[in-house]
Amino acid sequence: MSAQPETVAAAPIKAPRPKAMRRLEPAAIAGVMSREVANFRTYWKGTTFSSVLEPLVYLLAFGLGLGATLVDEVEGVPYIQFVGTGMVATAVIFSSALPSMFGTFVKHRFQNTYEAILAAPVDVEELVTAEMLWIAARSAVYGCVPLVVTFFWGLDPAPGMLLVPIFAFVTALGFAGFGITMAAVVAKIDQFNYVTALFITPLFLVAGTFFPISGLPEGVQVIANVNPLHQLVELVRGGAFGFEAVDILRFAFLVAFALVTWRFAVNRMSARLID
Amino acid sequence: MAAIELQGVVKRFGPITAVNGLDLDVPEGICLGLLGPNGAGKSTTMRLLTGQAIADEGKLRVLGFDLPKESKPARAAMGVVPQLDNLDVDVTVEDNLAVYARLYRVADVGAAVDRALQIARLTDRRDAEVDKLSGGMRRRLLLARGLVHDPDLILLDEPTVGLDPQIRTELWTLIGDLRARGTTILMSTHYIEEAERLADEVAVMHKGRIISRGRPADLIAEHAGRQTAEVYAPPQRLAELRTAAEAAGLRVRPAGPAIAIVGSERADNGVIPEDAVVRAATLEDVFVLLTGEEAE
Ligand SMILES: Nc1ncnc2c1ncn2[C@@H]1O[C@H](COP(=O)(O)OP(=O)(O)O)[C@@H](O)[C@H]1O
Ligand SMILES: [Mg+2]
Repeated sequence: MSAQPETVAAAPIKAPRPKAMRRLEPAAIAGVMSREVANFRTYWKGTTFSSVLEPLVYLLAFGLGLGATLVDEVEGVPYIQFVGTGMVATAVIFSSALPSMFGTFVKHRFQNTYEAILAAPVDVEELVTAEMLWIAARSAVYGCVPLVVTFFWGLDPAPGMLLVPIFAFVTALGFAGFGITMAAVVAKIDQFNYVTALFITPLFLVAGTFFPISGLPEGVQVIANVNPLHQLVELVRGGAFGFEAVDILRFAFLVAFALVTWRFAVNRMSARLID
Repeated sequence: MAAIELQGVVKRFGPITAVNGLDLDVPEGICLGLLGPNGAGKSTTMRLLTGQAIADEGKLRVLGFDLPKESKPARAAMGVVPQLDNLDVDVTVEDNLAVYARLYRVADVGAAVDRALQIARLTDRRDAEVDKLSGGMRRRLLLARGLVHDPDLILLDEPTVGLDPQIRTELWTLIGDLRARGTTILMSTHYIEEAERLADEVAVMHKGRIISRGRPADLIAEHAGRQTAEVYAPPQRLAELRTAAEAAGLRVRPAGPAIAIVGSERADNGVIPEDAVVRAATLEDVFVLLTGEEAE
């Protein structure tokens, strides 16, 4: 070591000092997302492993089990391909709603991460938007895994499938917004049990993943039709086996779902984070 | 222009008034110590300055920006070091700094990170996970993170609370460096020694407002005089001495197992017992007299 005092650089470090700043600045959103990316690099293996293994297990259990014994085809599609396409929605909800609930809660109440971020020139709106975009981007990738897995059971690639990441992304935005809202609303982390039992599991079950909802009682069918996950299931099957005109409405519904939960999430997190 | 100008600021949490008519000016280039016991409203004041709490009443200006309306550009120009460690523990030292350099829109993220590492003396630990750092290194990193964009004003909220003495001294050195460079600092603390060593001026905060303000030496001269006499004795005798000293117009405060008779140079013969230890008056005397709280 030299005896010279350390020289500390000055000029290019100084951050800009604007007189005024806008809402929803891309730089703020990108900064928050870069934090998620840095953290993701430390745990991506486990998440990726389970997101690949889970659809495999389901496909083997339901697809092969039920397919070999009880059902051959549903709506003219081999049962395993019916389940495989439907499982995109399963992958999406479990990689968006749950991580956003738990992740937001932990970052907010245990790690005080948001307290630190909001001391920088970042608004709650930018913070929530960035968290939603990041979760949705991840889900868009993980959501495609079941589809790819199903290729090995004879599902033919189709051009419409190229839209699946977009469908998954928009749906995941909605569920991320939902999860963040829930994280802001609950008092204790174990209250997520209620959220899971009351919302996530029913939505997952009446999405039309494992059986067509047309076989359900009419009351339940109504619920299924306002279930964003069901819209996603139908859109993915549209991409794989051919779209219908109504799919445009389904997509619009998902966009609306994302917009509504986004505003709720921003509103509830603001109430939590700003005294 | 003052770096911070607060006038008549009030912040309530339901029935609690955390900040109660706070007036505070921090001129540029000084280190102001906001000294107050737990619950005085120091952290709430810091949160008001970053727009994380919205005042119910009063005027707030930071670096020429009106709060809460212009809090975002104000935050871009200031750095905050929180009371609680909220680093990302699974990622590296470098990544922690880089994320905040981006949040502050620094043009050259790499250069900013290098500089922050130098300030915190953590250059050789840049690739270490935060988990693997010692307690002192973590605190230095927390400080460096708040400085990554070379802010014009730094808010330090109880920077050494709960740390062991060696780490505290390390941190004091770093804060001393900042001060020497002329950065404006608002530092809250409930440690008298911290305020005494680092602050150019001290504002004593109690129950949500400033009850006294000045250079430590001036505060001592004003409120405590020159000398304090400490007496160690059984409780019975302490009580008698206290009554006698107060009857003679002196102020007395508890000091752990002893009592401290403040301003003892003004005492008439016989009021201060032979076995008293007479020492120079300190900021601690002032703090305890003003707030009625035992010092830490
Ligand atoms: N978010 C909050 N909700 C309710 N009460 C609060 C909140 N933040 C602070 N307080 C109360 O305000 C008072 C001042 O707290 P604080 O500013 O943290 O003091 P200090 O930092 O000086 O210890 C305390 O009585 C504290 O309990
Ligand atoms: Mg505090």
